[in-house]
Amino acid sequence: MAENETLTFHFDVDGNDFTSAGEASVKVKKLMRQLGFSPELTRRVSIAMYEGEINMVIHANGGTADVFVEEDCLRVVLSDEGPGIADVETAMQEGYSTAPDNIRALGFGAGMGLPNMKNYSDEMSIDSVVGKGTTIVLKFKVS
Amino acid sequence: MEGYKHSVFLEMEKCKGCTNCLKRCPTEAIRIRDGHAVINPADCIDCGECIRVCEQKAKRAVYEKLEDLDSSKYLIALPAPSLFGQFNALTDADYVIQGLLDIGFNDVYEVARGAEIHTEYTRHYMNRSDIVLPLISSACPVVVRLIKTRFPTLTDHLLPILAPMEIAGKYARREALKKHPELKPEDIRTVFISPCPAKVSWVKSTMQDQEVYVDNVVSVSEVYFRLISAMKREASPKAASKTGMIGLSWPSSGGESSSLLNEGYLAADGIENVIRVLDKIENGQLNNVSFVELNACPGGCVGGTMTVENPYIARVKLQSLRRYLPVSMNRVPKTGEDPETYVPDELVDARPFTYISPDQGALNLSRAESIRMMMEIENIYDATPQIDCGACGAPTCRAFAEDVVRGEAQMDECLILMRERFKAMVNRQKKSGETPE
Repeated sequence: MAENETLTFHFDVDGNDFTSAGEASVKVKKLMRQLGFSPELTRRVSIAMYEGEINMVIHANGGTADVFVEEDCLRVVLSDEGPGIADVETAMQEGYSTAPDNIRALGFGAGMGLPNMKNYSDEMSIDSVVGKGTTIVLKFKVS
Repeated sequence: MEGYKHSVFLEMEKCKGCTNCLKRCPTEAIRIRDGHAVINPADCIDCGECIRVCEQKAKRAVYEKLEDLDSSKYLIALPAPSLFGQFNALTDADYVIQGLLDIGFNDVYEVARGAEIHTEYTRHYMNRSDIVLPLISSACPVVVRLIKTRFPTLTDHLLPILAPMEIAGKYARREALKKHPELKPEDIRTVFISPCPAKVSWVKSTMQDQEVYVDNVVSVSEVYFRLISAMKREASPKAASKTGMIGLSWPSSGGESSSLLNEGYLAADGIENVIRVLDKIENGQLNNVSFVELNACPGGCVGGTMTVENPYIARVKLQSLRRYLPVSMNRVPKTGEDPETYVPDELVDARPFTYISPDQGALNLSRAESIRMMMEIENIYDATPQIDCGACGAPTCRAFAEDVVRGEAQMDECLILMRERFKAMVNRQKKSGETPE
């Protein structure tokens, strides 16, 4: 970590290893516990981040996850260089999924990834360019 | 957790300060200090992994010896069902029960009976509509302690029914008082024969302020060795086991959950697997599962560190022992206002399953302070070699960085960094020595 003002955790999400998906969110959970955040907030961040990790592995061949920790706010930035989301509004609908069958066979691809990320965070923004990639920023208020 | 009495003991003379237990402790509770392993009681969950991996046999479980039992009392043996999986070619559980009477116990109440009662009431409990699913078994004390310290959002998933050992202790005492009206409650001692040290901790730590179910805890291994010489399998034994198939399936992983006759269950064993499953449940990734059985020991309770037989062999032995037994011999009457969901109040666990926050005690920092501390940890971690060799006495470079920030370790305890510095020093000297005069 660079000598900057904000506590930052950086994770590379490996797109080639499906079984490792979700590891970053487990690490974040542990760090948040050490930092004394409430169990409920920790759970929300962990679930939202988990969904983001899974999405990046399924659709974008991996990416990066950065968590910025400030006193009153937590930000999770998920970035990938995948195919991008053509229609964000449709993608946000519960149950909508473009996951391939082999992924669905594992129980994923229920179309709840993005909706869950929105439900569990306080603010969510999606910046996606088809053919270039997607960046999702999740904000969590610390009460 | 304040006041929790652990049951793993270190024999200082035997401990060489190697990294075996250090690296295997699932909660990073161990450090090597001054050449010996030191366990941090706040993080220890009594899983027994360190006992299992210690090459020097320096880590021991703490339990009572048979000779320490007060023989002037009416001693009731509460054998764990795993005890019955230790013997070769055992065809009848009655031999073991008769053996327990022959080595000096006044009475025997099988914990497997407690397990069968537990199973029945769990089925009732699962018919309730107001429960949080998936229900997580509370029979393994390691798992309960793990959830209380590490998985705060899962505490309300824990099944609030007394453990089989406790049910057995409670009923055994009551039965004895009925059978022997001359006895007073204080004349009775219930003695659990345990496969693991976690049960010892559980008994010592959680019973102080309430009704005592179990008075003493001895080990399966000690009792086993006493029994093999005492058990004469010639005549048919007088004593009669009151255990069915279900009770004798409990000690192996999957036994408790399959007994519920409910298809939506998961059974995991081995502490690392248990932690992974709990992480999944906490993230809401476990659907269509209503019951989760977790055992810290590999194979289930038969894998406890106070047993003798290999857990997978013990499992097979239990299978053949229970083959021709009735499914259960401890049916409970359906009573109460709603018989389908009835659980007697006296078997409901009154102990609160509450989260024990790691911040309790010494480190009561403000958010700003803890963020600053974490940044320092990150900076120090970046400076470490990140090879997790354990030579400094911490299990990982990250744990080392945490120790340094907390003032419990010094940066120059990192041998790899020291070596680099030493090399640089030698190189400098070489260079200055090589310069021509």
